[in-house]
Amino acid sequence: MPPRFTPERVRYDRRYRTLDKYRFIVGFLAVPLAFYALFVISPFIQAIYYSFTDWSGGPVANFVGFDNYEKMWNDERFWDSLRVSALLLVIAPVLTLVLGMFFAYMITSGGRHRRGRAIAGVAGSSVYKVVYFFPQVLSVAIIAVVWGRVFNTNSGLINGGLDKVGVDGPAWLGGDETLGLISLLTVISWSFIGFYVVLFSAAMGAIPKDIYEAALLDGAGRARTFFNVTLPLIWDTVRTGWIYMGIQALDTFAICLVMVPPHVLKVTPVFLYERFRDGQYGYATSIGVVLLFLSMAFSLIVMRVGNRDRIEY
Amino acid sequence: MGSTSVNRRDVMKRAAAAGLLAVPAVGALTSCASGGGEENKAEKGEKSKKNPLGVKADAGLTVYIFNGGYGDKYAQFVTDMYAKKYPKADPEQKPTEKIATQVQPKIVRGKPTADVVNNSGADQMNPGKLVHNKQVADLAEVLDAPSWDDPNVTVRETLVPVVEQMGRFGGNECYQLNIALTVYGNWYSKKLLEDGLESEYPKTWDEMLAVCKKAKAKGIHGWSYPGGHPRYMFFSMYAMFAQRGGRDVTTAMDYLEPNAWKHEAVKDVFEAWEELVAKKYVLTGFDGTEAHTEMQTAWTKEGKCLFVPNGSWVENEAKDTTPKDFAMQVGATPSLDSGDKMPFGTLYSPAGEPFIVPAKAKNRQGGLEWLRMMYSKEAALNLFKEIGSMPVVKGAIDGQKLPSGTASAQAAIKAAGDNIVIPQFMDWYNELFREDFNNMIHKFMQGQIGPKQAMDTMQKASDRIMKDPDITKVKKA
Repeated sequence: MPPRFTPERVRYDRRYRTLDKYRFIVGFLAVPLAFYALFVISPFIQAIYYSFTDWSGGPVANFVGFDNYEKMWNDERFWDSLRVSALLLVIAPVLTLVLGMFFAYMITSGGRHRRGRAIAGVAGSSVYKVVYFFPQVLSVAIIAVVWGRVFNTNSGLINGGLDKVGVDGPAWLGGDETLGLISLLTVISWSFIGFYVVLFSAAMGAIPKDIYEAALLDGAGRARTFFNVTLPLIWDTVRTGWIYMGIQALDTFAICLVMVPPHVLKVTPVFLYERFRDGQYGYATSIGVVLLFLSMAFSLIVMRVGNRDRIEY
Repeated sequence: MGSTSVNRRDVMKRAAAAGLLAVPAVGALTSCASGGGEENKAEKGEKSKKNPLGVKADAGLTVYIFNGGYGDKYAQFVTDMYAKKYPKADPEQKPTEKIATQVQPKIVRGKPTADVVNNSGADQMNPGKLVHNKQVADLAEVLDAPSWDDPNVTVRETLVPVVEQMGRFGGNECYQLNIALTVYGNWYSKKLLEDGLESEYPKTWDEMLAVCKKAKAKGIHGWSYPGGHPRYMFFSMYAMFAQRGGRDVTTAMDYLEPNAWKHEAVKDVFEAWEELVAKKYVLTGFDGTEAHTEMQTAWTKEGKCLFVPNGSWVENEAKDTTPKDFAMQVGATPSLDSGDKMPFGTLYSPAGEPFIVPAKAKNRQGGLEWLRMMYSKEAALNLFKEIGSMPVVKGAIDGQKLPSGTASAQAAIKAAGDNIVIPQFMDWYNELFREDFNNMIHKFMQGQIGPKQAMDTMQKASDRIMKDPDITKVKKA
C-alpha cells in the first residue's frame, strides 16, 4: 500500500516492510516477467517435455521416459560431437579472451610515454578499435562462406599463399579433424575478438590514470603493469566475457554447419540439427536439454571459480 | 516516506536471476506444438473422363522443385501444361535448393503449402519418416488413372517397373514417384581413354589398375575423389558389392541383417579400392561444398583425371566445361575376378528425382494431376531435352538423337538387362548412407582406415539403426 494509507501499527513492522518491498518489486516486474515466462520459459519447459517423448513431427508424441537419454548415452556420434564442442568450449575462450585482452591493452595502454602521458594507446589505436569490430558486423553465414573459400584446398587464399612460397598446403577443411578444428577455432576467434576488444577497452578505460602513473613511478614495465594493475581491475569483465564466450563456443552452429563438411567434424548443435532433419524430434530436443544443462553448469562453475573480491576504485 | 524501502541492488539481483535462465545455448529448441489430426479438407472437383482425378479447376497449385543439377525448367514445362488445362488455377512453381527447410515445417504442422514436392538434393526430407507419419499421400490413384496420352492405358503401364518398386516403403502403397533413370558408374572421356591412353574400358579390376598405371605415367590421375562429398564413391562401389557377392549381399544391407556389411564380398571390394588409394591413383583436394563441380572441371576441362564416380546427371551439370570432342561415356564397374556372382555389366541404376504429394495438401488432386502430366510422353520427352536424363516413361525418347553420355547410359542399361541393382536402404534409412557411409568412406579414401574398420563401422551403424526405436523398419515381404 502507498505509505500514506499504511496503518500506523504495521508501518514499522519488519515483516510488513519486507512484504511491501516485494509488492513494489512485483509491481514493476509482473508484466515483463509474464512475457518472459510465456515466450522464454515455456518453450524450455515444452522442450523438456518433448525430450521425454518419441515425437517425430507427427500428431502423436508418446511418453517414453528416459529412452532418448539412454539412446544418447549409447550414441557414439553424440559423444564425438560433444568432444568437439568441449574442445571448443575450453580452447575458444582462452584464445579469444587472451587475444582480445592483448589488443585492448595495446589500444588503451600500449603506447606508453607518447605525448608525455602516463598511458596511451599505440599509434593509430582509434583506427584499430574500429577495424577489430568489423567481423561483428558481418552475418555469421557470410563469415562461414568467405572463410570456407579462404580455406579451400585447391584455390583458397591460404594454400595459394603457401604455394607461392613453395609449400604444399594441407586440406584444411577436407581432411584431418585436427586441421578442421584449427580452422573452426580460427574463424570463431576471429569473429568474436572485436567484441572483446571493445568490451575490455571500455573496462580498461575506466581505470583511473593515477594508478598507472603510480605504477610507472615505481618502475613497473608494461607486462608488470598489465598483470598487477590492469588485469585485477577488469577481472569482473573478464569473467563475464569468459562465460559469454564459452556459451558461444558451445553454441557454434552456423559457422560449423556452413563451413566444415559434416564428415570431417561436427559440433553438438549440428548433430542436434541433423536429428531434427531426420524427423527424430524427441531425440533432438533431449540433446538440446543436455546442452542447456551443460551451459548452465559451465556458467555456474566459471562464476564460482572466478569469484574474487571486487577491488573498488 | 521511508517505508517502501527497496534498493536498486534488490531489483537488479532478481532481474539477473531471471536473466540467467535465458542461456542461449538451446536456440534450436522449438516451441512448436505437435499439430492436431484434423480432417483433410482438400479441394475436389467432379470426376469425369476428361478429368479422371477430379481436379477442381480453380484450386491453386504450388509446386516445389529442387533446383540442383537438373534446374527447374523441365518442371516448369509441366506446370505450364497444368496452367493450360486449368487456366483458373494459376499454378505456381517454387524452385529451391533447401527442400526440407522450406517444405517440411509446414508439412509437420499439418498445413502444407506445397501440393507437389520434388524431394531431392542434399536437403531432402527423410521419406521414410514422412511415410511413417502419414504425411505423404498414397499415389496409387495416379498409377491407376488413365495415362495422359492414351485413356486405355493406365499410368502404371507406361512406366518402367523400378519406379513403383522404389516408391514402396515396405507395404503395397506407393508414396513416391521418380521421374528419371539415373545410371551410376565410372564416367570417363572416350577420347582420352582410347586416343590419349590407347586403352579399352577396363572390364576387370586388374585392367583398371593397369589403365591407372598407364595414366600415371602420362601425369594423369586414374581416379578422382570429391572430398567435400565422399558419398560419390558409393556410385562406383555399390554395383561391385552385388557383382561380387550376388543380390543376397545387397538385400542383407537393405534389411539391416546382422553381419550384412561383413560379407566376404564386401571385404573384397574394399580391398580392391584400398589398392587404388594406396597406389595414389586418386586425384584429391576437392574439399568444399562445391567439390563435385571442382572435380568435374578438373576432369572435363583440365583433363587431370580419367575416371570420376558419378551419375548420369553429370553430362548436363558439366555441360559448360566439357569440350565438344570429349565423348563422355559411362562404364559399368569392373569385375574383380572369375569368382564374381553377377556378370560384368551389373548396373546401379535407380529411378531418380523423387516426387511426393503431401497427404494434407490443399490441392491434392491437383498435385496428382501434375504428376500424371509429368508422365505424359510430351513432358517426358521435354524432360530428356532439358536435362539429358532418360525418362522412366517407356519409349518416350525412341528415335531421338542422344548425346554421347546418355547414349552410353542407355546402352549400359540395355547391356545390364535384369542385372540392375538398387540400394533400397538409401530411401528407407538414408541416414545410413548420407551420414555413416559418407563419414566412413571419407576416412577410407584418405587411407586413414582399412577395409576391416570400414566394414566394422558400417556394420555398427547398421546395427544402431536396427535398434533405434525412432526409425521405422521395413520388413522383408
